[in-house]
Amino acid sequence: MNYPKELFYTKSHEWLKYEENGTAKVGITDYAQDSLGDLVFVNLPEVEDEVNMGESFADVESVKAVSDVNSPVTGTVAEINEEIMDEPEKINKAPYEAWLIKVADIKDHEELLTADEYEAFIKEQ
Amino acid sequence: MKLIFEKSYEGRGNQIFPESDVEVVLPESPLRAKKSHLPEISENEIGRHYTALAKRAYGVSSGFYPLGSCTMKHNPKVSEKVASNPKFVNIHPLQPIETTEGCREVLKRTEEYLCEITGMDAMTFQPAAGAHGEFTGMLLIKAYHEKKGHHNRTEIIVPDSAHGTNPASSVMAGFEIVNIKSDENGMVDLKELKEHLSEKTAGLMLTNPNTVGLFDNNILKITEMVHDVGGLCYYDGANLNAVMGVVRPGDVGFDVTHLNIHKTFSTPHGGGGPGSGPCGCKEFLKPFLPGIRETDHGYTTEIDTIGNVTGYYGNFLVVVKALAYLLTIGSEGVPMAAKNAVLNANYMMYKLKDIYDVAYDRTCMHEFVLTLEKLKEETGVSALDMSKMLLDYGMHPPTMYFPNIVHEALMIEPTETESKEVLDDAILIFRKIYEDAVANPDKTHEAPNSTPVGRLDEVQAARKPVLRYEFKS
Repeated sequence: MNYPKELFYTKSHEWLKYEENGTAKVGITDYAQDSLGDLVFVNLPEVEDEVNMGESFADVESVKAVSDVNSPVTGTVAEINEEIMDEPEKINKAPYEAWLIKVADIKDHEELLTADEYEAFIKEQ
Repeated sequence: MKLIFEKSYEGRGNQIFPESDVEVVLPESPLRAKKSHLPEISENEIGRHYTALAKRAYGVSSGFYPLGSCTMKHNPKVSEKVASNPKFVNIHPLQPIETTEGCREVLKRTEEYLCEITGMDAMTFQPAAGAHGEFTGMLLIKAYHEKKGHHNRTEIIVPDSAHGTNPASSVMAGFEIVNIKSDENGMVDLKELKEHLSEKTAGLMLTNPNTVGLFDNNILKITEMVHDVGGLCYYDGANLNAVMGVVRPGDVGFDVTHLNIHKTFSTPHGGGGPGSGPCGCKEFLKPFLPGIRETDHGYTTEIDTIGNVTGYYGNFLVVVKALAYLLTIGSEGVPMAAKNAVLNANYMMYKLKDIYDVAYDRTCMHEFVLTLEKLKEETGVSALDMSKMLLDYGMHPPTMYFPNIVHEALMIEPTETESKEVLDDAILIFRKIYEDAVANPDKTHEAPNSTPVGRLDEVQAARKPVLRYEFKS
């Protein structure tokens, strides 16, 4: 299992990466993609939609199940990664490169975990 | 195997339909520009084609089918015979009331019996399937709150172990979902429930026994807590087979319920005929019931009815089969079926739990859940691999990867209609595949090897489904 140091994590298995311009990328973790198995569909919000911390903004579907993806932050969707809608397998291959959305106007964020804290959290499970 | 379109030969046909002796006069507009691609094939070849398909299919008639949560029990043939009686078949819902006495009696008695079993006061047979029954039930809850002026009650509480249809039905009815986590025993976490109950609560949807096959001992407390804040309690009848004739949902605080006639009352599952998911309720919700209601003076509709959810009486012949089943097994047979379903599940669980990890190690109800998380970690063999291995032993696999709260889940529901010998054979097979998995983990990924088609590419099937035959012209 892979936990890049420069990212923040949530207990619901999303990762967050702050960009230099104040926006943040959000994706699902290696653990999440591994538990879900091969992804077949991704539903993303639209640009300019509002997202709220702790609330679902997207869903990912694997051959096993459909899961909600929760937003770690409150803000506005600045960009969506359209590539992964056609090729959801990219999330399985490189979960930390295959971001789902970029959020701007971030007003608030959830209690975020560091890579070490998240790794410890996963080991506990 | 060739598709029927590939077997088609131009000009070949059969004489199933007589020549039309009426001159066909149709305007151009509704006519096809091009002839449709109906396969041209002789009656003999059609028969062979479908017989070959039937041989490749697997059903309860072929062997053991312990598909958890689906209650794949044997459907007594006598029910089919009763339902094929022309006097039930050749009727119309709009024919004069005095000519349908027998059919109305069927509906009335089945409603009485099912109300007796569930502890409800009234029932509609309109819903055409279980999830449709859920949706109807949620509409009843919505109509009740609206009538009372409770417009702020917008939330339905659903535990994370629920069937996926529960949140879907609630959303369809216009509610918001509040998901609550189960406790470490797979039960409703009372603290979680208390935290999420409020003046916004419209109701709670619950299956009991729940989706991990356990009876929630706190059920009286749970329904009381929901009622205390003004919410209603919905009983998902999917698992009624474990408790019918023993516990009545209406007695433990539920206000609305649906029944999966095809599970509990032995009618064909999807594909085997139309479905039926009657929705029952307590007296105070009766004014909202859909469809035609019958009184001593003729037909009427309820005063605050939510309207029709399907036509007339729903799928009437399925109700006939359910009544035939109930009359066949009788009032003693109903609880006996439930108890034997529970006994069979516990028997299998106890005979497997020395080598398999049981997700919740306590007496189960009609089904139990194994978790193969450890096996997967140690050998790389997954619940999917194990399921495919079962196919090679001529058995239908259990439900996999459900409920979501159990990792690498296999959910086994033997039902009451299997004998001890069938269960013993299945137990041997389950033990054998476990040994095989540990001995040769790599080989498990190749299974199945003896079925008409091998391991299917489920990912490609979902991503790029091929759903129809491509004609050349």
